[in-house]
Amino acid sequence: MSNLIKGETGEWEIVIGMEVHAQVISESKLFSGAATAFGAEPNSQVSLVDAAMPGMLPVINEAAVRQAVKTGLGLQAKINLRSIFDRKNYFYPDLPAGYQISQYQHPIVGTGSLTIELADGSSREIGITRLHLEQDAGKSLHDQSPSSTYIDLNRAGVALMEIVSEPDLRSSEEAGAYLAKMRSILRYLGTCDGNMEEGSMRADVNVSVRKPGGPLGTRCEIKNVNSVRFVKQAIEYEARRQIELIEGGGKVDQETRLFDTGRGVTRSMRSKEEAHDYRYFPDPDLVPLVLAPEFVERLKEELPELPDTKKQRFVRELGLSPYDAEVLVAEKESADFFEAVAKGRDAKTAANWVTGEYFAALNRAGATIAEFPVSAEKLGELIDLVADGTLSNRLAKDVFEGMAETGKSAAEIVAERGLKQVSDTGAIEAAIDKVIAANADKVAEYRAGKDKLYGFFVGQVMKAMGGKANPQALNDLLKRKLSA
Amino acid sequence: MSLDPASLTIASARDGLKAKQFSAAELAEAAIGAMQAARPLNAVLVETPDRARADAKRADQRLAKGEAGALEGIPLAIKDLFCTEGVETTAGSKILKGFKPTYESTVTANLWREGAVMLGKVNMDEFAMGSSNETSAYGNVENPWRRPGDNRPLVPGGSSGGSAAAVSAGFCLGATGTDTGGSIRQPAGFTGIVGLKPTYGRCSRWGIVAFASSLDQAGPMTRSVRDAAIMLGAMAGFDPKDSTSVDLPVPNYEASVGQSVKGLRIGVPKEYRLDGMPAEIETLWQQGIAWLKEAGCEIVDVSLPHTKYALPAYYIVAPAEASSNLARYDGVRFGHRAAGAKGINELYAKTRGEGFGPEVRRRVLIGTYVLSAGYYDAYYIKAQQVRTLILRDFEKVFGEVDALLAPTAPSAAFPIGDKADDPISMYLNDVFTVPVNLAGLPGMSVPAGLSADGLPLGLQLIGKAFDEATLFRVGAAVEKAANFTARPKPWWRA
Amino acid sequence: MSLDKATVARIARLARLEVPDDQLETVAGELGHILAFVEQLNEVNTQGVAPMTAVVEMGLRLRADKVTEGGDPEKVLANAPERAGDYFVVPKVVE
Ligand SMILES: [Mg+2]
Ligand SMILES: [Zn+2]
Repeated sequence: MSNLIKGETGEWEIVIGMEVHAQVISESKLFSGAATAFGAEPNSQVSLVDAAMPGMLPVINEAAVRQAVKTGLGLQAKINLRSIFDRKNYFYPDLPAGYQISQYQHPIVGTGSLTIELADGSSREIGITRLHLEQDAGKSLHDQSPSSTYIDLNRAGVALMEIVSEPDLRSSEEAGAYLAKMRSILRYLGTCDGNMEEGSMRADVNVSVRKPGGPLGTRCEIKNVNSVRFVKQAIEYEARRQIELIEGGGKVDQETRLFDTGRGVTRSMRSKEEAHDYRYFPDPDLVPLVLAPEFVERLKEELPELPDTKKQRFVRELGLSPYDAEVLVAEKESADFFEAVAKGRDAKTAANWVTGEYFAALNRAGATIAEFPVSAEKLGELIDLVADGTLSNRLAKDVFEGMAETGKSAAEIVAERGLKQVSDTGAIEAAIDKVIAANADKVAEYRAGKDKLYGFFVGQVMKAMGGKANPQALNDLLKRKLSA
Repeated sequence: MSLDPASLTIASARDGLKAKQFSAAELAEAAIGAMQAARPLNAVLVETPDRARADAKRADQRLAKGEAGALEGIPLAIKDLFCTEGVETTAGSKILKGFKPTYESTVTANLWREGAVMLGKVNMDEFAMGSSNETSAYGNVENPWRRPGDNRPLVPGGSSGGSAAAVSAGFCLGATGTDTGGSIRQPAGFTGIVGLKPTYGRCSRWGIVAFASSLDQAGPMTRSVRDAAIMLGAMAGFDPKDSTSVDLPVPNYEASVGQSVKGLRIGVPKEYRLDGMPAEIETLWQQGIAWLKEAGCEIVDVSLPHTKYALPAYYIVAPAEASSNLARYDGVRFGHRAAGAKGINELYAKTRGEGFGPEVRRRVLIGTYVLSAGYYDAYYIKAQQVRTLILRDFEKVFGEVDALLAPTAPSAAFPIGDKADDPISMYLNDVFTVPVNLAGLPGMSVPAGLSADGLPLGLQLIGKAFDEATLFRVGAAVEKAANFTARPKPWWRA
Repeated sequence: MSLDKATVARIARLARLEVPDDQLETVAGELGHILAFVEQLNEVNTQGVAPMTAVVEMGLRLRADKVTEGGDPEKVLANAPERAGDYFVVPKVVE
């Protein structure tokens, strides 16, 4: 599949690099003991350190360090046993100290990689440049008053991981897949909740265009894009814009842009005179962060199975199709759900149920796995009823609908509705006999070689039995009777 | 009997309180009276007499119950760089006028825990940037000392000039100081008192308004070496709230005072002999060498070859850190805010332009410049490399000697206004003190004699990291030999 | 090293520090004087010397992940020059 875009002067290639800001899951902030919970009253989760009161000093949170290392390990990255915190200096009212504590030249995590799967079934490895820890800023509210901006520092100082990719992505699809995969890995690791609406994860997207094989073009950075869909839209718009600009004889200015989600366009964020000079230097309030190799080793041992490995296991050990496996591992919750359903059962049947009926119902309800009334245990029981011949597949689907609506167990619904499958050969034989008697002409045609009519007889018998006939038994008997 | 705090030391007051010769309340009252009488010195920014009385009352109760802390009932002055809960803290700057911290610095909290009595907050160079106290937004402090027959006001040194003046004038028994490039030792030298800058990491920096984070260190300013030992013992200690605080036990420093110095090796660094240095400084230094020899020390000539580069390195590192540390004074969450600013950037620029004095502005600009794109390597990295070389010089020498002896400052106190126009000549005041800060080592100034003009001169002792104990031991030996008993005439009481 | 007025203006802007136009010249002179002084460092051979990053030789101490602070907006807002409810207030910031 070609990623190239057609312009008036020929084909163009898009080059994309991403910086993902992921909020670390922790109780307290990166350098203070204030809480991190979302949605609290203004300035109620602010320590004297977060407010940058005179004389306040940062002390690093052990959990944030652990989470960063875990994430690095999950991205097969190099863990730097010595890293340094720097100050990034700039003035903004939601940045109380006038600097953000970040890591510049010596980040905690070095190069790594992440594999993305594309719609055509291919996969690509995307390079990770680095991951570093830094503080989030507070929140500026511009719409509370016509003449003022209000400042809430609850977020100020919350731990973020900034994960920077190599400029390896070549299309909006790849960029979307990258962000989705990153989110999935972080959630598997339990290091970031990936909640993009609440801002726990956001992406800065660097976009440039070039003639295939040509030198890199000038890039624009689109700041703070907060969904996979918007990332794709922003890239498509921005690449188009740059191509049209160049083909029109203009040139791309390196700048920061914003994605206007309402209009689907990117626009320049700050005038060029506001050139940044962050004056990074090592924070003298902190000494180098030195990790013991055993600390990293222990985290490595505790690392959960990640989506790529899980997918391989589902295919190799459980016999799932690569497609089903991919769908199931995309979210940790669905993989866990599937494994709970499949435990002690036929894995392929379980996969069919989960990716088929179950996901469809989940989608229709717009619910999460945790919210949905059909638990893994209940779905498993339903599958067992099919396996032991109590329910036909068709009946099972009806029962599932009932379970989704009422939250009752399969057994309860079967009992309520009297849906138990009939395997009693006597009853089935009687029904077959009736159908044969009532359709003598068709029986004759069938016997004369019109095989297609077989389905008609199955349908008639099933209808007569209210759909409850055991299909296997029905088949055996019907074939015997018709050929008699 | 009228109780005169100037006639007491911390140690003698402690004895007097224990022996019930006077109560903490009586001592506090005497100190408050003396403080108010000394207002012409402009040493105190905020007097806290009510607080002092309350502290003293509690001290008397604890003394009566036999629960006295190491500083029970001792009246102290606190440099205005220490945040004190509910008591205005300005760092000598207009930008913090009216700022009342909702928290207490670790060092002052340690002092109150040990029973000390707070008399007030004392004046200082703005944000501790200065060597003469002339950069304070609240007027310069006057040195209690004057040249005999000469009424010209002299600087007390800086930046802990208010602390030095308070201790020297005698209305408190000790004061806290902070030392970033000599701000405890140089004013101690200029006012005839003892001042000690501890090893970096020995005293918590939490709650002390930051000037240059990698250099700042709090320490005691007192009228005797023993007092400095007692006071440091209370101030020092591990603080989990400061990532640069070192988790080491605090030794009994007072036990070092009076211990024999026999056999100690004392280094004399030849690079501390400057061209154009007054002969009397050299003479004093030789005198100190002779005293220590007599006391049984072995004197060793040593070399610290990068000494000359300490001051220029300091004037890159300190402003760089300061430019960033002072970014928080922006008129948003506390302190001064300029009126009538249109837009946030104008608010910042006006607030900071109005709130900072000329020396602070100068250092913020220099610091911003040396960190800015294209200059960082040439200035900041270069200075930090030189710093490494300076530390190595010290480490090498401390393989051979137990402590170093040098002058505290290249001159005695000078008249107010004399050096105010020339930043570089002002910076040169710290030429002997700055290397110690760059290397994070402890240093102490002990009053050792009088200049030809009749002004105090100090000798400086420099120790190994976390070996303040040796400084107290050697410092006490110098103190004993010098027998410095001269006191300023209390002209301010006139 | 001498500084020109434009450089001082740029630095002042970076530092968000108002320096009136008629003072740029004087400030440029003062800063140039200080820079000339610190440039003595160029005499020192620092090739291969690691810049000092920490005065004390130790690694960073890690704090346990517990909520121990916050919960008291008054403590951080007490000295605010302007506030609305529990927000700090600044002149409108235009993005
Ligand atoms: Mg970015
Ligand atoms: Zn970032």
